[in-house]
Amino acid sequence: MKAYGDTLDDGKVQLSFTLPDKNNPKTKEAAKQYILQMGFSDCTISHTKTLSDGFTFFIAYATSSVDIDYDKVKAPPQLEFETMDFDSINLFIKEKIKRKVVVVGACTGTDAHHYGLERYPMIEAVNLGAQVSNAKLIDKAKEYNADCILVSQVVTQKKKHVENLTELIEILKADKLRDRYIVCIGGPGITHQLAVKLGFDAGFTKGCYAEDVATFIIKTIVQNK
Amino acid sequence: MKLKINHKKIRKARELARMITRPVQEYIEEHTTISIERASLRLCGSSGATTNGEPIPNTITRDLSDKASKGLVKYYINALIQKKLNPDSLNQLIKDGFKLSSLPLVDFKQIQDKANQLVDTFASKIQGHNEYRRNKIDQYKNNENDPLLYVIVATGNVYEDVKQARAAAIEGSDIIAVIRSTVQSLLDYVPEGPTTEGFGGTYATQANFKIMREALDDVGKKENKYIRLVNYASGLCMPEIAVMGALERLDMMLSDSMYGVLFRDINMYRTFVDQHFSRMLHAYAEIVINTGEDNYLTTSNAYDKIHTVLASQFINERFALNSGMPRHLIGLGHAFEIDPSLKNGFLYELAHAQLVRDIFPEHPLKYMPPTKYMTGDIFKGYVMNSLFNFVGKLSSQKILLLGMLTEGIHTPFLQDRYLAIENAKYIINNICDLNDELVIKENGIIQKRANEVLDNTLAFLEKVSSLSLFNSIEEGLFAEIKRKKTHGKGFKGVLKKDVDYFNPFEQHMKKILNMD
Repeated sequence: MKAYGDTLDDGKVQLSFTLPDKNNPKTKEAAKQYILQMGFSDCTISHTKTLSDGFTFFIAYATSSVDIDYDKVKAPPQLEFETMDFDSINLFIKEKIKRKVVVVGACTGTDAHHYGLERYPMIEAVNLGAQVSNAKLIDKAKEYNADCILVSQVVTQKKKHVENLTELIEILKADKLRDRYIVCIGGPGITHQLAVKLGFDAGFTKGCYAEDVATFIIKTIVQNK
Repeated sequence: MKLKINHKKIRKARELARMITRPVQEYIEEHTTISIERASLRLCGSSGATTNGEPIPNTITRDLSDKASKGLVKYYINALIQKKLNPDSLNQLIKDGFKLSSLPLVDFKQIQDKANQLVDTFASKIQGHNEYRRNKIDQYKNNENDPLLYVIVATGNVYEDVKQARAAAIEGSDIIAVIRSTVQSLLDYVPEGPTTEGFGGTYATQANFKIMREALDDVGKKENKYIRLVNYASGLCMPEIAVMGALERLDMMLSDSMYGVLFRDINMYRTFVDQHFSRMLHAYAEIVINTGEDNYLTTSNAYDKIHTVLASQFINERFALNSGMPRHLIGLGHAFEIDPSLKNGFLYELAHAQLVRDIFPEHPLKYMPPTKYMTGDIFKGYVMNSLFNFVGKLSSQKILLLGMLTEGIHTPFLQDRYLAIENAKYIINNICDLNDELVIKENGIIQKRANEVLDNTLAFLEKVSSLSLFNSIEEGLFAEIKRKKTHGKGFKGVLKKDVDYFNPFEQHMKKILNMD
């Protein structure tokens, strides 16, 4: 399998990037070399632009000869369920869980963000806001008798967010609390695959909304009963 | 292109805002906070930090914690007089372990005289900045974009920020904002010195402000523009950051009366008292404030909750006016956050934007781009930003915070910022006079929507007024977030002013801003 531009197996790819030097023929040639050295061929620089003195932006089209053996590719673990809507979720909780579902949420070490779970009458969403330590998050989960702990990680900066997340799982395990809560992460830079790898029950990427998170939580609660 | 506005309703909304803020204002007048005291010490010239990084104003506040309700400026001035030192030398003495509490107070007349001197020093510095800024803006006014293009940089390292800021200025932006390190709003001290590490942003420090200010003045000279510098005053140190912004000639500051409470879980009394003092400083230093109503739309359904934005704007406006701030400095905020799949969503965004424009005609409104529905599809994101730019220009917004096509993925690459600026400049120029050419259809979708939003806003303000602002926040009326009155960080730092409370800077600013 190769990239498809306008013909099967033409391997056409669009690229754009910035090089840290002045816009001149030498830098443009460097951009071409850069692309070719990545393994592309037939490179055309379609657009060059000076960003400021010392930075030049390139848009390019090139051909890649890389060929993926599609049959050998294995998909990573996925979240498989059909998202319910607002009314169905509330009804489901009323009928199947018969009490409010408690979700304790925080943005550990990041900017403020939240999920809209507060709007669900059958969900008690406790939003601890931003910059909450893992210890406090767990304390509050205990205090509110939470069903789910939801971490929002909007900022992705180097390794720090991963360290914070693994610490949460470690503390839960050490306190023998891991099985008591459904633990999820949401935000850009998070994939379900990464979340599971770090020991969480689910990861919700950008593009997932409150209904997706709520559906997962309530289905898991019923499943675990 | 104007909406038909019901002026009676607008007047009613402003009346409600007055009623809502009145009891809060009464509370504010009777209180100070440790952050206001530290800010006032900074205005005297207190700065620097001890060897373990504690800022001298914090050291003083700790030493004199039982005297803070009397106003700490008195004690600092007392030491200047008795030790016969200038502020720099006194700061050094305190750094070396000297405690202000060890000195008895001299008679008040001496303190008042010295205070007058310090106020004069402060006044001339700020007036100098104000004049410089006014002249530069006037000199380069033909090179400004309309709306002003606002971009954000934040690498964590102020020296890297300078490079990105320079690039952004050369690419054509008018305003550069430096996002702060995310933990900063909850720190009860302002770090000292230039910083090269931050999480999700760069720390706001006076040294960092100075470095950026110099860099932007320098690139501004080359580009024949006055580049405006923005930072964020929100958090536990709002008054101190307001002081630093004034001293280093920043041009705009994020300053919201409720953001800290709702989104950072800072105690509401602390925030209300801090924002009053801070906004007096901003007004005095002719710094435009930006408010944070975009947050109501990112956390809730933008179509359903737009009335909370307008309500918050009325409340923010009233608090700012109560701080002596003229309307042309009140840069109320709003955003373009309706679900892009909503039929006629564009018409509703335009209705909302034009409504705010018409209700707040003198205010340098800040319009913020889509974030909630931005995904890894950068091409769709680029188009959404184009529609945002179109609405922003068409509805005559004053400050356009540029959307980045990669908003849903990462903090902006240099190229992302360039694409954003190029997009905005193209649209602004291409539709330049469209606003003058179009008339809004009577009883059409846009007019009807604007009417509906205004009515919803009035109903909401009536509810807040009947509950009181404090109770409304407790009950989660704003952004569906509940915050209890005495919970949240920083409540301990709120102090009732003693009968002999003394703050010459506050007195001076109140006089100049005609607040007496």
